[in-house]
Amino acid sequence: MSDKPTSFQEIILRLQTYWAAKGCAVLQPYDMEVGAGTFHPATTLRALGGKAWAAAYVQPSRRPTDGRYGENPNRLQHYYQYQVIIKPSPPDLQALYLGSLEAIGIDMATHDIRFVEDDWESPTLGAWGLGWEVWCDGMEVSQFTYFQQVGGHDCHPVSGELTYGLERLAMYVLGVDHVMEMPFNAPDAPIPLRYGDVFRQTEEEYSRWNFDVADTAVLLKHFEEAEAECAAILDQEAVDPKTGKRIIMAHPAYDQCIKASHIFNLLDARGVISVTERQAYIGRVRALAKRCADAFVMTEAGGATGQDAA
Amino acid sequence: MPDLLIELFSEEIPARMQRRASEDLRKLMTDGLVEAGLTYRSAGAFATPRRLVLHIEDLLGASPTLREERKGPKVGAPEKAIEGFCRGAGVAIADLEARETPKGAVYFATVTTPGRPAAEIVADVLDKTIRNFPWPKSMRWGAGTLRWVRPLHSVLCILTDDAGEASVVPFEIEGIVAGNETRGHRFMAPDAFSVGSFADYTAKLKAAKVVLDPAERAEHIRADASNQAFAAGLEVVEDAGLLAEVAGLVEWPVVLVGEIGADFLDLPPEVLQTSMKEHQKFFSLRDPKSGQITRFATVANIETPDGGATILAGNQKVLSARLSDAKFFWENDLRTVEREGLQAMAAPLENVTFHNKLGSQGARIARIAALAEEIAPGVGADPAQARLAAEIAKADLSSEMVYEFPELQGIMGRYYAMKAGLAQPVADAARDHYAPLGPSDDVPVEPVSVAVALADKIDLLTGFWAIDEKPTGSKDPFALRRAALGVIRIVLSNGLRLPLGAQFDAQLARHEGAGEGLAADLLGFVHDRLKVHLRDEGLRHDVIDACLEMEGGDDLASVVARARALGAFVETEEGTNLVQGFRRANNILAQAEAKDGVEYSFGADAKYAEADEERALFNDLEAKGPEIAAAAKAERYGDAMAGMAALRAPIDAFFETVQINAESEIVRRNRLNLLGQIRRICGTVADLTRLEG
Repeated sequence: MSDKPTSFQEIILRLQTYWAAKGCAVLQPYDMEVGAGTFHPATTLRALGGKAWAAAYVQPSRRPTDGRYGENPNRLQHYYQYQVIIKPSPPDLQALYLGSLEAIGIDMATHDIRFVEDDWESPTLGAWGLGWEVWCDGMEVSQFTYFQQVGGHDCHPVSGELTYGLERLAMYVLGVDHVMEMPFNAPDAPIPLRYGDVFRQTEEEYSRWNFDVADTAVLLKHFEEAEAECAAILDQEAVDPKTGKRIIMAHPAYDQCIKASHIFNLLDARGVISVTERQAYIGRVRALAKRCADAFVMTEAGGATGQDAA
Repeated sequence: MPDLLIELFSEEIPARMQRRASEDLRKLMTDGLVEAGLTYRSAGAFATPRRLVLHIEDLLGASPTLREERKGPKVGAPEKAIEGFCRGAGVAIADLEARETPKGAVYFATVTTPGRPAAEIVADVLDKTIRNFPWPKSMRWGAGTLRWVRPLHSVLCILTDDAGEASVVPFEIEGIVAGNETRGHRFMAPDAFSVGSFADYTAKLKAAKVVLDPAERAEHIRADASNQAFAAGLEVVEDAGLLAEVAGLVEWPVVLVGEIGADFLDLPPEVLQTSMKEHQKFFSLRDPKSGQITRFATVANIETPDGGATILAGNQKVLSARLSDAKFFWENDLRTVEREGLQAMAAPLENVTFHNKLGSQGARIARIAALAEEIAPGVGADPAQARLAAEIAKADLSSEMVYEFPELQGIMGRYYAMKAGLAQPVADAARDHYAPLGPSDDVPVEPVSVAVALADKIDLLTGFWAIDEKPTGSKDPFALRRAALGVIRIVLSNGLRLPLGAQFDAQLARHEGAGEGLAADLLGFVHDRLKVHLRDEGLRHDVIDACLEMEGGDDLASVVARARALGAFVETEEGTNLVQGFRRANNILAQAEAKDGVEYSFGADAKYAEADEERALFNDLEAKGPEIAAAAKAERYGDAMAGMAALRAPIDAFFETVQINAESEIVRRNRLNLLGQIRRICGTVADLTRLEG
């Protein structure tokens, strides 16, 4: 498959096909607003505990502060990440990754691929790992991380995580200089669409809302509600009084954590969070993430044995 | 004797860690081998992005057999004690030897530890080395528990004997079994191959597109970049740190030279250089005549069929995107300066906390401006210019460019000040007032920059003294030692006569709630840094102490002038003898003064002199005393010291022939007062009692 893809969606489809062939469960995006593919519970929560796991998915990601009204050639407040997570990290993960670049038309013989130190840390998730940013001809095309800790828990076994910034990678592969000019579907399709046809207007609308209109009082209220709800969910007894089953609600609680995190990002974009407050907010979200992680490892998917569960 | 070759093959090791890691591998392995009895002739260690390598020449084939004698219980001791001793020593009772000692007959055992073959010891030491490797950060991977900087894939470990026969050292760690195989370049020669010796290894690696020695890779990059630059009429902007880093990012360096888009050539060269280095790890190529940066050199890790054309095109594209950002920041900043002036750019600093006990950056700038204005006349600067320069010197901290590239602070400020039409000395102060940052950094010389640089550092020092956050031990988070050294170097290299005490007092008064006695304490700190600074010049610490104790110890230029004169003086024979004579006089005086309860500092009278030597000393003191005093007053300390040296002969002669404790009390006191005169005259340059030895 060394022939070149011709559109944004073809690159996504090829990645899906490639990772499916390598044995990953191809999941769908998480149905909530997140800042990065890592927030998907398929990564954050599934990186915890001893159970083996392999998943790949596209995740729409929102970074309100990066909005540029659709004018900047590279910056968007809404973009796509492609995420692969495999636990335990296989010994040939680097080779698997390079295979995925070949699958989308990057020829290893003519390009310069480099693994440049870049340690990953998410203060809001209480997570960190070691790895690299991967450079192709001087451009960062992916983040490659071996997770060491998530939600304050040591990862055992260690997950290998790959994150591709899809727009940037696709622009490079397709030779496009402005993201809005990038073919979204096939250029010879009956109705050819460019990235701008799909997203220019929404970039404008969200940029205006994010920066100037979003009601900060409402957002602050939402933040506190999400925080309270997360705690309330985790405060419940493990045994459900109605069914009599042991049901720890790690995922519903984690949804509230995701919500709080995104609201924080919106507040940040509105410029209402001072430097000192910033740390405090991050700490509050991290506290939620930690509690969710604590809860998840007590569940079956989190690798808890019958004894733990009892 | 065999040679040992070890290669630890892993995923990409961060460039900044490679050098230290190869050194650690060499040290840990050789220390461990020597401790186990294996000595060697030489050891060399190397690193590439994917391997750490150790080569040891002429290692002992086995550790020597050790015989050790152990003293046991007395003959006739309880049987249990004897059995226990034998068990501990690993010998049979029959092998014990009874020997007479002054305390009676005692059993002795000779314990023999047989030597071990090198392979066994190497395996043990290698296991310990890998498990205890001091990586700055290490990680686990997969389902294992081993820690390494990134996943470890294979271990090559062979001993090659004198006949050239190689054998694999039996070794296994976490399922990785040592062998004699490695791999070449990730893309150009990925297949495994086996090696039989270090020479074979390096040759096969090179054939497989891997240059093992980082120094060789760096030299190749340096030479190739220089040649390509030269061919284009350009020169490489040297950057040793970047060169070392780039050499750690490639196994097979290929230098490619590319163009910077014409749109960006107007950006300040520092911006081009910083953006290309920080983001892309590019070297800058500059026109030696105009100083303009017009091209870049990037280092790829691969040879391609198209001669690197695709790689270069990609890199150029990324650079354009990066420089578009830089140009955007630069133009926005210039617009702000043009529209609102530099003070407006500085305004947001009112809301930026400098330190929670020391207020905002804005408050700090106001303090610096006030002090710079006061210092200005003493350093030959115009006070109004010094104040203005201090007010705008940090304005660029709120510029977009410095937000993106903090290392351009000051440099951008200078450009923006020029754009705002400010006088050149004022603009230069924005760039130069941070200097000197390191011990070898140039110090500012232009008076306005000097005034602001001193005020900046003195405000930093007095501020942290006021809130009692002084450096302790190795902890100096606010770089106060560097600030103090900066003050010292600026004062000395500009020959400034600037008593620091008054400046410290003035600036401490600008900090709320500064306690008493801080200026003296801070001066002591500066004196300590001065001693370190002068020690590098070869001046003894006691010589400096002797000068610090004099009046005007806060006038560093004077302290150093005295110390240099005294330092030179005590190196001469005359100086040494004079100091001895002085010490003798001082000791006799001190004893007599303690006994008599008076100070012998009155004028002695020549008419009570009895011996010729005594009269001669009177004459010489009378003749030389005023000369010495005048020279010291005029800060001709060398002349003053020479004058003292001339007193050495009469003082020696005096002590040789004259008894101080004369029978006549009048004569005795007169002589003591004569000694008092010596003490006074010898104390005009430095406090000689502080000298050691």
